[in-house]
Amino acid sequence: MAYIDPHIHMVSRTTDDYQRMAQAGCVAITEPAFWAGFDRSSAQGFFDYFRQLTDTEPKRAATYGINHHCWLCINPKEAEDVGFAREVISIIPEFLENENVLGIGEIGLNKNSKNELIILEEQLALAERTNQLVLVHTPHLEDKLKGTNLIMDAIDNTSLDTNRVLIDHVEEHTVRAVLDRGFWAGMTLYPDSKCTPQRAADIIEMHGTERLWINSAGDWGPSDPLAVPKCRIELASRGHTEKLINTISYDNPHSFLSQSGKFSVE
Amino acid sequence: MASKMTQKEIIDRYFLEHRAKVLDVAAFLDRIDRSPEDNPDFRIEALMKCIEELQSNAEGRTQRILDLLSDQTLEPIESAGTKGASGAAPQS
Repeated sequence: MAYIDPHIHMVSRTTDDYQRMAQAGCVAITEPAFWAGFDRSSAQGFFDYFRQLTDTEPKRAATYGINHHCWLCINPKEAEDVGFAREVISIIPEFLENENVLGIGEIGLNKNSKNELIILEEQLALAERTNQLVLVHTPHLEDKLKGTNLIMDAIDNTSLDTNRVLIDHVEEHTVRAVLDRGFWAGMTLYPDSKCTPQRAADIIEMHGTERLWINSAGDWGPSDPLAVPKCRIELASRGHTEKLINTISYDNPHSFLSQSGKFSVE
Repeated sequence: MASKMTQKEIIDRYFLEHRAKVLDVAAFLDRIDRSPEDNPDFRIEALMKCIEELQSNAEGRTQRILDLLSDQTLEPIESAGTKGASGAAPQS
C-alpha cells in the first residue's frame, strides 16, 4: 500500500534507503531544512543546501519513483545568532517559487531562547507575506512542553491560519493542546526519543486521526527511514482498519500538503 | 477510540518486551551503584520520580511522566548556551 513520509532528511540518507522506502510503498516525501549536525559558517552554506533540497535531492528520489518536496528556513539550532539568521532568511524568497518547495520549515524553537523566538517570529512573518504553509519543529525532551506552548502563542499573534500550520514531534503531553488550538500535529517515530510506533498507535487510539500524521524524521542520528511502514504494521496488527491506516499515513499528509498547490504523488 | 485488543491479547503481545525494559532500568541503576562516585544527579532523581508514577493505578501515566520530565517555566531563557537537551529538567 502507498504511503507518504512527510518529514525525512534524505540529504543524510543513502540511496539504499530510497530503494527500501520505495519497496515498502513510499510514493512521496517532504524534506524540511534542518541542522546538519554542525553550524554552517556562512549564509552561502545555506544557499548551497537549498540548491541541494530543490535540485539534487528531487532527482535522486525520482530514480526510485518517489516524489520529493521540501521546506526552507533557518532551523532554530542555528538561530541564536540573529544577524546570521537574518542573512539566511534573506536568501529564502528566491527559492520559494521552485516547484518542489511547499513552505517554510522546519522553524520553531530548540532551547526556548529569546533570540530563537525572534527568528521564529520573523520566519512566521515571511510565511504570512508569501502565503506559505508552515512546518514547525518543537524542542527536544524537557524543552518540548514549554517550547510548544511558546510556539503556538507566537503563531496566534500572526494572521496565519492554524489549518495551514503543522506542529511536529508531538507526544502525549502536547498532542491534545496542539489539536485543540486548531493546528495539524505530526508524530515522529524514533527509537529512543519522541514516539515509538507503539506509542504513536496508542496516541491514535486515544486522540483519533483528525489532523494527525506520522513521519520518520529520518536523519543522521538514531532514526529509521522505514518507521512509517512499521507503524502501519503496528496498527494493522492491533486490528485497525485499512481505512484508518491509510488516513494517518496517506490521506492526512496528502490533504495538508495539497494546500500548497504544489504537492503531488504522481 | 478504545483499544482493538483484549487485555489478554495486549499482555500476551507486549509483556516480554516490557519485562526486558524494566530489567534494563534495574541494570542501569545497578551500574551506577557500582561506579566509584556517589554524586546526586537531577536526571536520576527525575527517573526515580517517574518510577514512583508508574505505581499509579490511573490511566495517563505517560503524559504525567512527560510532564514530570519537562521544564515547567513559562518565559523564554536569555540565551541558548547549548544545543542539546538532557532529558529531564533540573527542577523536575
